[in-house]
Amino acid sequence: MDFQHLNVKLFVDGTEAALEPLVPIFHRWIQNKPLEELLLDVADYRHVYDGPGVILIGHQANYSLDNTDGRLGILYNRKAGFEGTNQDRLQQATRAALVAEQKLETEEKVPGIHFPGKEIQLVINDRFIAPNTLETRAAFEPELKSFGDKLFGAGNYSAVYESDPRKRFGVTLTASRPVSAQELLANLSS
Amino acid sequence: MKVSNSLSAQKLAGKIPEALGREIDIFETELILRKQGKLEERVFAETRLRRGAYGQRYDNGQRSDGARVQEMRYPSGDLTKGPMTMWDAPGMQRIKVPGGGLTVDQLETVAQLAEEYSDGIAHVTTRQDFQLHYIHIEDTPAIMRRLAAVGITTREACGNSVRNITACPYAGVCRDEVFDVTPYAQASFRFLLGHPDVQNFGRKFKPAFSGCAQHACGLTNLHDIGFIATTRQENGVEKRGFVTVVGGGLGAVPYNAKLLDSFVPVEEMLPITQAVSRVFARLGEKKNRSRARIKFLVQDLGIEKFRQLVAEERKTLPYDPRWTELVKDAEAFQESASRPGGELPAALGPEGFDRWARTNLRPQKQDGYTVATVALPLGDITANQLRALVDVVRKYTKDTVRSTVEQNFVIRWVSRKDLPELYQALDAVGLGDPGAGAIVDIVTCPGTDTCKLGISSSRGLAAELHKRLTEKQFQFDQAVENLHIKISGCFNSCGQHHVCDLGFYGVSRKMGGFAVPHFQVVLGGEWEHNGGTYGTPIVAVPSKRIPEVVSRLTEKYVLMRTEGETFKDFAKRTGKVQLKAMLEDLTKPPADPRDRSLFSDWGDPREYTLGDMGTGECAGEVVSPVEFELAAAEREVFEAQVALDNGKIDEAGKTAYLSMVHGARALVKLMNPLISDDPDQILSEFKTRYFDTQKFWDPFAGGKFANYLFDAHQKVGQPHTEDSSRYLIDEAQLFIDAAHSCYNQLGTTVTV
Repeated sequence: MDFQHLNVKLFVDGTEAALEPLVPIFHRWIQNKPLEELLLDVADYRHVYDGPGVILIGHQANYSLDNTDGRLGILYNRKAGFEGTNQDRLQQATRAALVAEQKLETEEKVPGIHFPGKEIQLVINDRFIAPNTLETRAAFEPELKSFGDKLFGAGNYSAVYESDPRKRFGVTLTASRPVSAQELLANLSS
Repeated sequence: MKVSNSLSAQKLAGKIPEALGREIDIFETELILRKQGKLEERVFAETRLRRGAYGQRYDNGQRSDGARVQEMRYPSGDLTKGPMTMWDAPGMQRIKVPGGGLTVDQLETVAQLAEEYSDGIAHVTTRQDFQLHYIHIEDTPAIMRRLAAVGITTREACGNSVRNITACPYAGVCRDEVFDVTPYAQASFRFLLGHPDVQNFGRKFKPAFSGCAQHACGLTNLHDIGFIATTRQENGVEKRGFVTVVGGGLGAVPYNAKLLDSFVPVEEMLPITQAVSRVFARLGEKKNRSRARIKFLVQDLGIEKFRQLVAEERKTLPYDPRWTELVKDAEAFQESASRPGGELPAALGPEGFDRWARTNLRPQKQDGYTVATVALPLGDITANQLRALVDVVRKYTKDTVRSTVEQNFVIRWVSRKDLPELYQALDAVGLGDPGAGAIVDIVTCPGTDTCKLGISSSRGLAAELHKRLTEKQFQFDQAVENLHIKISGCFNSCGQHHVCDLGFYGVSRKMGGFAVPHFQVVLGGEWEHNGGTYGTPIVAVPSKRIPEVVSRLTEKYVLMRTEGETFKDFAKRTGKVQLKAMLEDLTKPPADPRDRSLFSDWGDPREYTLGDMGTGECAGEVVSPVEFELAAAEREVFEAQVALDNGKIDEAGKTAYLSMVHGARALVKLMNPLISDDPDQILSEFKTRYFDTQKFWDPFAGGKFANYLFDAHQKVGQPHTEDSSRYLIDEAQLFIDAAHSCYNQLGTTVTV
């Protein structure tokens, strides 16, 4: 199975107050182009309960401070296909999310956003490719093990899969100890 | 752009009705041909529009980032999906929902599509449709197939054909309805979809159905064709029919629908619609898009002549058994409850229930049942919320949910004894907001967020007003609580700003040499009586000051109204002069010239630009002669309205015409300071210097506004009627707005 259109969400500490300054920040990112993707627009959904927050719309991917399920997190939503193996795709999406997180944490006006490095959610945003079934899980598990071991180290994390079949196929990884974004990026590069 | 797009046909094999599937296959082929350069871009544009695949803002590949205009270099290079519309640029998919009726399977599918192809949000529109934004064109066949698998077609959601057929969302359960119009709206949808007689329109065509004359719900007064349920006795038997109206429409200049027939029997509803369509297709304007709606045809012919043409056309129609079969099929369907009716439990409801119940519930004509409104802020709902709504609808009802033109949902057939639990379930997922249909429940079009035609940020303003009004909502005087606010991003009225108490539409003005987003304040429209009367433009106010406008006007209304006086009557009694005077100070530039707060719009930190092009800066200028003269022309429009209010119909029409002549002269003077006051000479030079060179040209409306002046000039000397004067005043306002825009685009000021 080719697992495309990965969504990676880094759960962060912080409140919805962090959303407001993101609007000008994302507009500035469109201007300054600090990310790999072609950045196009900013969509503001702060008025929506437990919603997508503020989204930086890109051609290949969207970035957002997402508040789905009432849990704030930096979300990378890969829209374009990515060549290579499943491992390549998992690493690319995770790397992009971590880089965005680092950039956001250095932005002065974003109050209290911090990635404690504990929880990361991976979702495959395509029900044709990856319906939320046991078959998908069986195909994904070895990929997840390879990826999780590289990211956190073998035995240093647990995985909980999305059990609601109506929702997209996904898994939340919880590290046994907090790991900085820098360390995770270094692990991905090793 | 989804890698899985090629899988959609195979994965959904056997689940899609054959006719729908074939249509989508054809579209997919056209998409491939366009990619190969074998299909002309204009043709592809119309074909995708007819399947609801729209463009979005910045899809010309350019976007102002606040400092300069950026080119978006998409991977597909110069490939386009229409004139000046880049292939890879995000678009919008409109999803038709006839009569607003939705099944739980359809809601689940929309939730999935919002997550997988869009930004996680499904948006409910002012015509009961859904819209998904930021869609890639290559994903649209897969989206269409998934919708087709649950019985939804996007065919003719956009384009020059019959758009979504809207209907009262309370049809079938309303205490005041004459009869349930649902089956007739459904029959109309099935009959007209893809019908040969509706494929040759010069513009879109919007039908609506209403169960009664007195409430708002069907808004037939502002539709191309409207059907209002009525009955009469024939040989001692009650016969169902429709009061049928044609030629209504909002758009830049709102027109009231005219009576076509006071009683069209239900079995004649479809053939009459077909006859009207044929007359429209045959005689409607096709070249000048700004005059191609049926309202202009009805106005130009006069309703008597139009009625005669329809009657003649009706006689020529070959018999079609579907005229009655579709109606009978639809009438056979009856909604029902899934749980027994009952009474509200005596025990205290959950926290917030009483407030919600006061505004969001409407008793049904069926004892023991209630309609519950789910109010959506700005019409937006997440995928998770949609799934939760599905759970609620499944548990408490039988697929009886409808979208509304106020961008909400209504859940019908809720047993009163289930209300507290239902509320709790909705509230748990953020769907329990009170204030449905009240002042906090603001209707807005997408505006500059995603629409290419947006001038000012309607959603930005709506979000700000919603936040402020929600904070104060429980302190409001009842009279204020019940007011309606509607906002459009431009003059095209997708936010229906003409039919509410406090309406706003986006315009642009210059202050201190800079373009500043404004909203034209439109007051005293009527939501009731099917959108009975249209509001009056009062004055343009900077966007950032509109909350102050709302605050002031509502306070004045509470202080000054007479017992039981509606806002509409208050606005009429107060008069345009006084209303303008109340707001005049808000139109002035800030006292501190360093104050730049007005130069960006709500929710957008970028310096405001019109058409996303940078505007020139002029240091040291005071007010240019052009701006003086345009202000004078705008004052004349105001005076024309006052004359009309005072019954001076001919004077109103003449003044409106002259305001446009003077506006044109202001622009001509920039290039020919010696221009005379002779209207013939002014128009001749205006045409040569501005119209023929496309300087006075709207990027999307083209020469529409200049044509208002040319048409009016041709009719000089003809007597005015009340209607013609009213239309001319509206057109004059739009002409002046366009003159301002033209001047802004020129970026030229002359120091006084």
